[in-house]
Amino acid sequence: MSISKQHDLHKRRFGRNVGVGLLLVSFIVIVFGMTMVKVTGGDISGALQGDRGVQDGG
Amino acid sequence: MTDLSTNSTLETTQPGEAQFGDYFALLKPRVMTLVVFTALVGLLAAPVPVHPFIGFCAILFIAVGGGASGALNMWWDADIDQVMKRTAKRPIPAGRVEPGEALGLGLALSAFSCVFLGLATNWLAGGLLAFTIFFYVVIYTMWLKRSTPQNIVIGGAAGAFPPMIGWAAATGSVGIEAVLMFCLTFMWTPPHFWALALFMRSDYDDAGVPMLTVTHGRRSTRVHILVYTVLLAALAIGTGFTSIGGPVYLAVAVVLNGLFLKGAWEIFRRDEDASEADNFKTEKAFFKLSLLYLFAHFGAILLEAGLARFGLGGWA
Repeated sequence: MSISKQHDLHKRRFGRNVGVGLLLVSFIVIVFGMTMVKVTGGDISGALQGDRGVQDGG
Repeated sequence: MTDLSTNSTLETTQPGEAQFGDYFALLKPRVMTLVVFTALVGLLAAPVPVHPFIGFCAILFIAVGGGASGALNMWWDADIDQVMKRTAKRPIPAGRVEPGEALGLGLALSAFSCVFLGLATNWLAGGLLAFTIFFYVVIYTMWLKRSTPQNIVIGGAAGAFPPMIGWAAATGSVGIEAVLMFCLTFMWTPPHFWALALFMRSDYDDAGVPMLTVTHGRRSTRVHILVYTVLLAALAIGTGFTSIGGPVYLAVAVVLNGLFLKGAWEIFRRDEDASEADNFKTEKAFFKLSLLYLFAHFGAILLEAGLARFGLGGWA
């Protein structure tokens, strides 16, 4: 039998697995967001524009 | 290769196994609303602006820390939760979550929340959150709750820390305003819980928790409620004249403390026969009012802080 066969366990734990997945995604978003705010000093759009200026040779 | 379907351990998993919501329930979401709200007020009432995303993260980590202490509390108290009607359906006594799982979740979330609050804001806030979790789990849950009728009074400090942590997250220090918000919640906790103990009478008796109603009697509990309410009213109205107060806060405090004192006086005057005759109507009304009381006071502090941004709040 293949391990990929749908088992009752998969159905029972579906909600739990989705919840854990969403938590992990949220964690990534939070760490990314915190890093952006800390690195840019809260001025994310200004930092992006400054970066574009450097790329344009400004 | 072993197939999942032939794995006997998994095959025999109970139909009532824990769902995601059961793990969430370990975090005591209803208590968390109080933690989130008071911490938010502490954060926003502080005179230092915080980046909205950092503010959101700070409140989230404080909430997770509060939830972690709830999970550790449920792990330790599983035996008495099973006895009490109010708590018998919690995930551990109901058999949906193993005690070890609650312990693991609580410890992991405690470490996560303190470290990330420290990283997001400052280490004073992270340290205060760690101390709050320690105080609630070790000092209150493991020690005081089962050993002294003053459990609620001293243990109430744990629930009073969130606004102070919010303030510390914004300012990096603990000012007199943060101490006042701490004191407000600290003094509010005993009458709030003793009113609950009066009408959930058999629960604490059955569990052998030395609540004031069990150790000193119900008459003494009624006296204690009145004394603490008088002290709370003085503190709450006095706060209206400080830097976190103002006309709006003072008006809210005068009205609510008047009602709260009236409720405490009625509880004081009643005897057990009268209470049982109307199924503890006055005690239940006082308990409900206590919830509104705290939310309204902190809501008024928040409003004063919001008005101050437009040069309207406070006494200036």
